[in-house]
Amino acid sequence: MLQNEYIELPRKRYGYQAHERSKKAKKMIGLKAKLYHKQCRAEKIQMKKTIKMHEKRNTKQKNDEKTPQGAVPAYLLDREGQSRAKVLSNMIKQKRKEKAGKWEVLLPKVRAQGETEVLKTERKKKARKRMVTKVCFVGDGFTRKPPKYERFIRPMGLRFKKAHVTHPELKATFCLPILGVKKNRSSPLYTTLGVITKGTVIEVNVSELGLVMQGGKVIWGKYAQVTNNPENDGCINAVLLV
Amino acid sequence: MPSRLLAQEEAAVPDVQRLLVQFQDEGGQLLGSPFDVPVDITPDRLQLVCNALLAQEDPLPLAFFVQDAEIVSSLGKTLESQAVETEKVLDIIYQPQAVFRVRAVTRCTSSLEGHSEAVISVAFSPTGKYLASGSGDTTVRFWDLSTETPHFTCKGHRHWVLSISWSPDGKKLASGCKNGQILLWDPSTGKQVGRTLTGHSKWITGLSWEPLHVNPECRYVASSSKDGTVRIWDTTAGRCERILTGHTQSVTCLRWGGDGLLYSASQDRTVKVWRAHDGVLCRTLQGHGHWVNTMALSTDYALRTGAFEPAEASVNPQDLQGSLQELKERALSRYNLVRGQGPERLVSGSDDFTLFLWSPAEDKKPLTRMTGHQALINQVLFSPDSRIVASASFDKSIKLWDGRTGKYLASLRGHVAAVYQIAWSADSRLLVSGSSDSTLKVWDVKAQKLATDLPGHADEVYAIDWSPDGQRVASGGKDKCLRIWRR
Repeated sequence: MLQNEYIELPRKRYGYQAHERSKKAKKMIGLKAKLYHKQCRAEKIQMKKTIKMHEKRNTKQKNDEKTPQGAVPAYLLDREGQSRAKVLSNMIKQKRKEKAGKWEVLLPKVRAQGETEVLKTERKKKARKRMVTKVCFVGDGFTRKPPKYERFIRPMGLRFKKAHVTHPELKATFCLPILGVKKNRSSPLYTTLGVITKGTVIEVNVSELGLVMQGGKVIWGKYAQVTNNPENDGCINAVLLV
Repeated sequence: MPSRLLAQEEAAVPDVQRLLVQFQDEGGQLLGSPFDVPVDITPDRLQLVCNALLAQEDPLPLAFFVQDAEIVSSLGKTLESQAVETEKVLDIIYQPQAVFRVRAVTRCTSSLEGHSEAVISVAFSPTGKYLASGSGDTTVRFWDLSTETPHFTCKGHRHWVLSISWSPDGKKLASGCKNGQILLWDPSTGKQVGRTLTGHSKWITGLSWEPLHVNPECRYVASSSKDGTVRIWDTTAGRCERILTGHTQSVTCLRWGGDGLLYSASQDRTVKVWRAHDGVLCRTLQGHGHWVNTMALSTDYALRTGAFEPAEASVNPQDLQGSLQELKERALSRYNLVRGQGPERLVSGSDDFTLFLWSPAEDKKPLTRMTGHQALINQVLFSPDSRIVASASFDKSIKLWDGRTGKYLASLRGHVAAVYQIAWSADSRLLVSGSSDSTLKVWDVKAQKLATDLPGHADEVYAIDWSPDGQRVASGGKDKCLRIWRR
């Protein structure tokens, strides 16, 4: 017997095994059954969708005369979207968000960074100092404490002032100066230290984007969430939270 | 009489330096004969003297210029900054200012909602009685200005209403949509007048009516479209009278001049001048390096308002009175006043960041090239007295240029995003600008500074207009509401 005919052999011998699937489905019980039924359901939905698509293709659809969204005046018609960020939210929306203290963050789950990861212990005589191994932000007027009293060392090589912030709707990235670290999800200690890890919410200076509030005031600071591991990449990438 | 006034002054202060001056008007014509004045004479005294020489019934407010520098405090101070020979006769150029004064708008009196999509175009009627707005929800709406409420909603278009234009007598409104159709509306009833004018294959970029002083019935309207043609329509018959082809790309702007010439600017970098009554191409003005976005004529405001004189405006705007002949004469006299001696001047602004000043009826070479902007120019407008040109650009600034020579005057900075549209007040003293940063700003042109900031819109401001009677400013934008601003 030839190799490739092996597949068709049972069909030749026993005929079309109709109702095979339903027999199997009826007899199964337990977790196996649940998984099997889930799979079947997904297949059924897909099949229905393809059938509907085929139907649509065959019949002629009446032209839905809906005027498209996004009306622009004649002088903007031949031009693409703006190169500058436009006004996005009302004053009410801003106020409401700030009151609730919640931001729609893009990375809801952030891996908590343990102390041993972030801080490296230095045992010099009896002084127990710890060196931060992640990227951090220190303000403009930062001066180190006297060596006897400093507990945390933030090396200069790991201090950053600017972040590459992407605007989610415009898909444009700007290099904006950091104003401060708002919240580090792993621990409040890291927030006060200014440690920046993936998922940290930072505040950036957006005055160069030219955003204006409804009252006519120019917005100059906004929150952004860090999306990469800065200690591995050497730069801070963040997404603006609108 | 003037010499008696001056003799009195002379007796009071005998040892002030005196100069021989000669008054001259803007066109270069001399007024009276030279006579001498003390160096510390102020503009008020000069005004008295000049009005006496002009023999006017009501004294006109005047501004005085010595070699392009305005006399603000006294003649002496202005001369200090310039090297002037005191032996020769000094020429002082006088410019009559508008008699009436428009006050700056400071507050938003109402926010008119009703449109369900962005408001794309806004226009006051020539007398300032009606306000019309076109929007992305395909309707044209008329608004009652005395109560600031909606008046009529006109449905008929099937795509965004891109441009609207009032006839110079204020009795009809033409609106063009993105499908290339033009409809005419009656503002007093809100109903469509006549037939839908179809013919263009792509969207309408501009509409322009025939001037009132040529035909007081306001019968013909010209439309420009992305398909590269200009069509002249007969509104009473409801059909296309003439098609002007010649442009190879979209026609972005259209103006019907008062001398029987039609001007069209296009993305093919040229401006074409056509004869209106038979559609013959007269001239092609070349020089721009990129799309020509916008154009302005020195007599634009006079053509727009027709027989309405802003100085005679009352608190409640009225329709124009008088027979057709009277209207025609009034419109013609106003047009000639603004035009002055020479032919009409044209300014064109382009994507190549420069403007050109042309005298299209005479020459196909430009008079001047005005450079200085750092991004594309979206709109240019002559002031109603045609002395100043204002240009709004995407580089967030507005630049002022001299209307006669094209010389740069000043930059108005304050917006934080692209400036989309500007509008002049009827007395040419104030300018309002609407921008992508959702604010409007009123600028004092004489001081070249910001007069008032008008925030309030929630999103970009797409269209603004100042009513010809100077009382209101209307602005519409992406946030779908129309705002009216008053003093």
